[in-house]
Amino acid sequence: MIGAIAIGLAAGVLAGLLGLGGGVLFVPGLVIFLGLSQHQAEATSLMAIVPVALVGALAQDRRGNVCRPDALRMGLVSIVGAAAGVALANVLSGAVLKTAFALLMLLIAAQLVRRTLGQQSQSSVGAIEREAGG
Amino acid sequence: MAIGTAAGLFSGLFGVGGGTVIVPLLLLWLGYGEREATGTSLATIVFIAAFATAVQAAYGNLEFLDGLLIGVPAVGGVMIGTWLQRRLATRSIALLFAAVLVAAAAELLLE
Repeated sequence: MIGAIAIGLAAGVLAGLLGLGGGVLFVPGLVIFLGLSQHQAEATSLMAIVPVALVGALAQDRRGNVCRPDALRMGLVSIVGAAAGVALANVLSGAVLKTAFALLMLLIAAQLVRRTLGQQSQSSVGAIEREAGG
Repeated sequence: MAIGTAAGLFSGLFGVGGGTVIVPLLLLWLGYGEREATGTSLATIVFIAAFATAVQAAYGNLEFLDGLLIGVPAVGGVMIGTWLQRRLATRSIALLFAAVLVAAAAELLLE
């Protein structure tokens, strides 16, 4: 029980800090630390995402950052895709699904590195421009 | 329409929110700004994740208590993380964390 709370809290802090979704952290946390199967971890991660996304969406909506018609449209359309995705996940074996998820994590790690280094070069360009201008 | 379907598939398959798919597509295809893309993506994810959870529960994969114990503290965690993000230099943390992701991916592959 304490393990689950710790995973939620730690994953939440990292997600907020780095601008990542919670799921990419919940799933490996549940598999590695709580010993859930890949299928159980994915199902449970989806449930944990609901309150996080809900609170985030409400906060963004207050700042006028949610295009409600588009969100509603995409949300309703996605139901078919989500059902198909879950069905596909349940057709695949745990080992295959776990390997696919590990590849997704590597992709997200690469994206994070690229984004971080991109910011760095942008901000150093900004600094140079500021210096040149000032 | 296409974005919703793709995001739903991705989310259902991997058990993640789908923001990885939605945000870039809103930016590229619909000409959204970054803030609007993030906000709208979050609202869409509420629908996707809730529905995908229900389908997974029908397959008998859902650990309800764990979901609750992780989801509720995570809300607080995200608030702390967002607060910290405005006050910390996140660059080195992001790179360190990318390394942690790679290590966790390796752990999953070896398990």
